[in-house]
Amino acid sequence: MTPAPPLLEAKDLVRRYRMRRGLFGRAVELRAVDGVSLRLERGRTLGLVGESGCGKSTTGRLVLGMEVPDAGSVAFEGRPLPAPGSAAWRAQRARMQMVFQDPLGALDRRLPIGAQVAEPLEIHGIGDRAGRLARVETLLKAVGLRPDHALRYPHELSGGQRQRAVLARALATEPALLVCDEPISALDVSIQAQVMNLLLDLQERFGMGMLFVSHDLRAVRQVSQRVAVMYLGRIVEEGEADALLQDPAHPYTRTLVSAIPHPGRRGGRIILQGDPPNPADRPPGCAFHPRCPVAVAICAREAPALKPRGDGRLVACHLAHGDAALPRRAA
Amino acid sequence: MAPAPLVAIAGLTVAFDGQPALRGIDLAIAPGEAVGMVGESGCGKSVTWLAALGLLPGRAVVGGSVRIGGQELLGAPPAVLEKVRGGRIAMIFQDPASSLNPVHRIGRQIAEALTLHRGLGAAAARAEARRLLDQVGIPDAGRRLDAYPHELSGGQNQRVMIAMALAGRPELLVADEPTTALDVTIQAQILDLLAALRRETGMALVLISHDLGVVAEACERVAVMYAGRIVEEAPVERLFAAAAHPYTRGLIGALPPIEGPRRRLAAIPGGVPEPWAMPPGCAFAPRCAHRRPACERALPALIRLADAHAAACVLAAPAPAESLPA
Repeated sequence: MTPAPPLLEAKDLVRRYRMRRGLFGRAVELRAVDGVSLRLERGRTLGLVGESGCGKSTTGRLVLGMEVPDAGSVAFEGRPLPAPGSAAWRAQRARMQMVFQDPLGALDRRLPIGAQVAEPLEIHGIGDRAGRLARVETLLKAVGLRPDHALRYPHELSGGQRQRAVLARALATEPALLVCDEPISALDVSIQAQVMNLLLDLQERFGMGMLFVSHDLRAVRQVSQRVAVMYLGRIVEEGEADALLQDPAHPYTRTLVSAIPHPGRRGGRIILQGDPPNPADRPPGCAFHPRCPVAVAICAREAPALKPRGDGRLVACHLAHGDAALPRRAA
Repeated sequence: MAPAPLVAIAGLTVAFDGQPALRGIDLAIAPGEAVGMVGESGCGKSVTWLAALGLLPGRAVVGGSVRIGGQELLGAPPAVLEKVRGGRIAMIFQDPASSLNPVHRIGRQIAEALTLHRGLGAAAARAEARRLLDQVGIPDAGRRLDAYPHELSGGQNQRVMIAMALAGRPELLVADEPTTALDVTIQAQILDLLAALRRETGMALVLISHDLGVVAEACERVAVMYAGRIVEEAPVERLFAAAAHPYTRGLIGALPPIEGPRRRLAAIPGGVPEPWAMPPGCAFAPRCAHRRPACERALPALIRLADAHAAACVLAAPAPAESLPA
């Protein structure tokens, strides 16, 4: 018996954009996603962390087929994604949904909440009229809204309630995969906690796998079993969430972990010099080496491959694998 | 015992179109002190300082008193306010890109502040602008003087805003969510810069943030605000060790832990009350697990619990912290 394929498997995804610098500038190629592979099991959550421009949101769109990769492949439940826009793709989309950062932008301001939650059911022809009404009520209850919220318009709800409405709509078609792109960043702290608790409750109840895209390592640890850290279009470290935060192996992950504002811990923070580099002007070798506090000569020449350490952690760093330390010791 | 405050806010109230936004703020900032103001959106943490500096629109009705070194600011003539704003108290905001003028070079914008507040001539202002850019850690400051805001990153623009704020040699810098729009690694840089500047210049800092973690690292004292009032005030260590107000405890409990076992977050149920539907008693009572009849009758006063620690909760009592049921 062959093991069941993972819910989602992406291999060597590449997404390039062409952009022009200035009005008459030469067009340059920007690799937003540069060889990303990831794997998500049913009912599990993979957190995707990184700073703005690292390609984490583009990766989210690629695995949903909302954008077509320039290279690489995405398989959902063991089968390749159908071409975007095709009937097969639309049918597939009922099984994979997305939740965005800004719930007000994701909702239609002119439609009451109930109609918006029912919309995916209508599009995918699920149930009859009465059945849909009942389903909307169940969904609203599942996300912690009252049945009478169905008649409200988005502007009549608070930020947290809107994100609940977006979740109810995303769950309407019982998706097997939910891609959440910064779902809590726009919310207040006490509401963020509510939404994180809700996501975990919903996952337990509906069993969907989640790709949780966020810049917030704290939030990612809270909801994910595995975490992948992205820097400039590539995954630089991936591993089990608790272990990765406890003992980060890549210098960039170490910086991110040490930058988490934390009551009671003063100092001991690694302060990186400089800004995140421009994806259109990728440094040679390891893209992180110009900001890396421990970079050595090889880091500027050769890009490190993402490969497993003894304990299964994936790291793309010459030093973490000991490649770089050896020649120095020999000399 | 305490030195005379640099800024003393007393009974500050603000109402927009008859709806109260601030309902009596008392806060003193000592010279050189770093005070954090924490709360959710709409709690009044920004409005407090916009009101103090006369930056609210005309429809806002402001009451109470804001004094800096004995000088009353509320209702002060524009000439007095203009000297204080940028001169004695400077303010920076969340989004540096929209605070800077996109069509002027940054050197010119900093020099403008220097001419205004320190009366420097063109050449002296340019030299000083360069020194300030250097001080806030912009590499190659001489060349960056001629850059436009869009040529700089978000973190660098926030550094430019800080340089402009320093132009008037303020005694107090009010930073309103200065790192919220920035990436984590850049947030660490800016917090580090603010701490370094405070050591170098001795200025006081008010850091307004929704993030308890940020405030805990950068400040000595924290004021927690809820629905237009300060509900708890304490030194940072004390706040995290012995928070007395259920709202403060809720905010701390809502932070996901970064180590140890994962637990279900202690989310505060419900949302912040709207200004037109403010409960008669404690504004937090409808969300509070420890609510009792007294909470809904009258607004709880800020009770002093210990040295520099005060909370506005009927369950908080001076002496041991165990007075609040767990």
